[in-house]
Amino acid sequence: MALQSLDIKQRSATTTPSTHVRETIEIAKLIDVSACIGCKACQVACSEWNDIRDEVGNCHGVYDNPMDLSAKSWTVMRYTEVEQNNKLEWLIRKDGCMHCADPGCLKACPAPGAIIQYSNGIVDFHQENCIGCGYCVTGCPFNVPRISKEDSKAYKCSLCSDRVAVNQAPACAKACPTGAIQFGSKEDMKDYAAKRVEDLKERGYDQAGLYDPQGVGGTHVMYVLHHADKPNLYAGLPENPSISPLVSLWKGFAKPLATLALAGVALGSLFHYVTKGPNEVSKEIEDEIEAEDKEEAK
Amino acid sequence: MIRDPKDLKRYEPKERANHWVVGISFILLALSGLAFFHPAFFPLTQLFGGPTWARIIHPYLGVLMAVSFLGLFIRFKHLNKMTPADKEWLAKAKNMVDGNDHDMPEQGKYNGGQKVMFWALAVCMLLMTVSGLFIWRAWFGFDITLVRLGAVVHAAAGAVMIALIMVHVYAAIWVKGTIRAMWYGTVTRAWAKQHHRGWYRQVTGK
Repeated sequence: MALQSLDIKQRSATTTPSTHVRETIEIAKLIDVSACIGCKACQVACSEWNDIRDEVGNCHGVYDNPMDLSAKSWTVMRYTEVEQNNKLEWLIRKDGCMHCADPGCLKACPAPGAIIQYSNGIVDFHQENCIGCGYCVTGCPFNVPRISKEDSKAYKCSLCSDRVAVNQAPACAKACPTGAIQFGSKEDMKDYAAKRVEDLKERGYDQAGLYDPQGVGGTHVMYVLHHADKPNLYAGLPENPSISPLVSLWKGFAKPLATLALAGVALGSLFHYVTKGPNEVSKEIEDEIEAEDKEEAK
Repeated sequence: MIRDPKDLKRYEPKERANHWVVGISFILLALSGLAFFHPAFFPLTQLFGGPTWARIIHPYLGVLMAVSFLGLFIRFKHLNKMTPADKEWLAKAKNMVDGNDHDMPEQGKYNGGQKVMFWALAVCMLLMTVSGLFIWRAWFGFDITLVRLGAVVHAAAGAVMIALIMVHVYAAIWVKGTIRAMWYGTVTRAWAKQHHRGWYRQVTGK
């Protein structure tokens, strides 16, 4: 814990600087969608390494299984059949947390230390501090966190922060048989992606490119897409994701200002009392009533 | 023991009980809500058995407040219709706050300021209740845009409401002889004659 806590870039609901005397290099996972064969070894490796076993579901008539991310399925393969340039294409995207440089979940979280962003870029949920409000779901531009029905805590891909901390690649990257999941420094991953994009372009995918959306400051899980101009094709990968303006308004400067305004009302009331004095019933009116009573008594 | 049998009855026991159910639930909601509003207030969750309990309890208290406020609203809305005299009162409210209430227009059971407070709180209550349902994940799963909108509205209306209630409480403390109306239901005749002369005439026939 002690070593692990030396390189924290941001901590949820914390207004003072976090411990970041130690700077680590920025890491990234690169998912080359063009090299993915949809074998789901990554899903299995994730389940194995993290020791989480989702319920064995039913077949829904499609390859997707499970159908969606859950508290126990931190990564899922999403299969999409599309027609591009008069050809059928089977697009397979490994979905999961993107580990944004500007994480909407962390911004929205009200519980101190429930969400941690390490200086290597990993955004990690510390469930022991999670209160189960679901604000991370509200804040996430990729619809990734899931609240467990068993313990009401939020779960998502940790990018195997425990493995990365000891210089190991995430379990999914380790298991991938085609090298579609690469792991390394963010710089190296960008260089590798550039080569892949070049190769794809040579093979006729003019719009091939790297998905590293700048609206969230870039991500630490990136994709190589054959149709980088249409990320939506890949099971609704957002085109220009960013933290919703509503979330920024909700969690931005308005709250400290509102806090000051409330303090102003409280102090204003106090000083009104001590400067203007109480609003008493006047002696004059009390005397009038007393006189009326005496009159009636006669 | 009643100090003066000629004191005027301002609130029935049922009305007072209703008011305090709203009051207590509001205080608990404000404390637990502020804890999620800004990290500076997060330690307030300890009053509720820890942060997770605060998160669990808060919305149920909200339902209690919404239902009990609806009771208050139905009881008092007919007494809070704005009149020209209320508008005149509001125009002169600055003098009142400055401590000079000599030339304020005659007021019925409630003055213009109290009526504005009543309607402002009613609007806030409605906004809080609807937006609160949007973000209550234990029971509901609304569309993400509605949830985000709900979160913004809930925080904004909550802050406004806390400010309004501080003014409401301070006004009761500032105007001496007022708080007893909500404790045991009566006010002195002199109090009524000074602050709500119209109502005083109505109930005393003078």
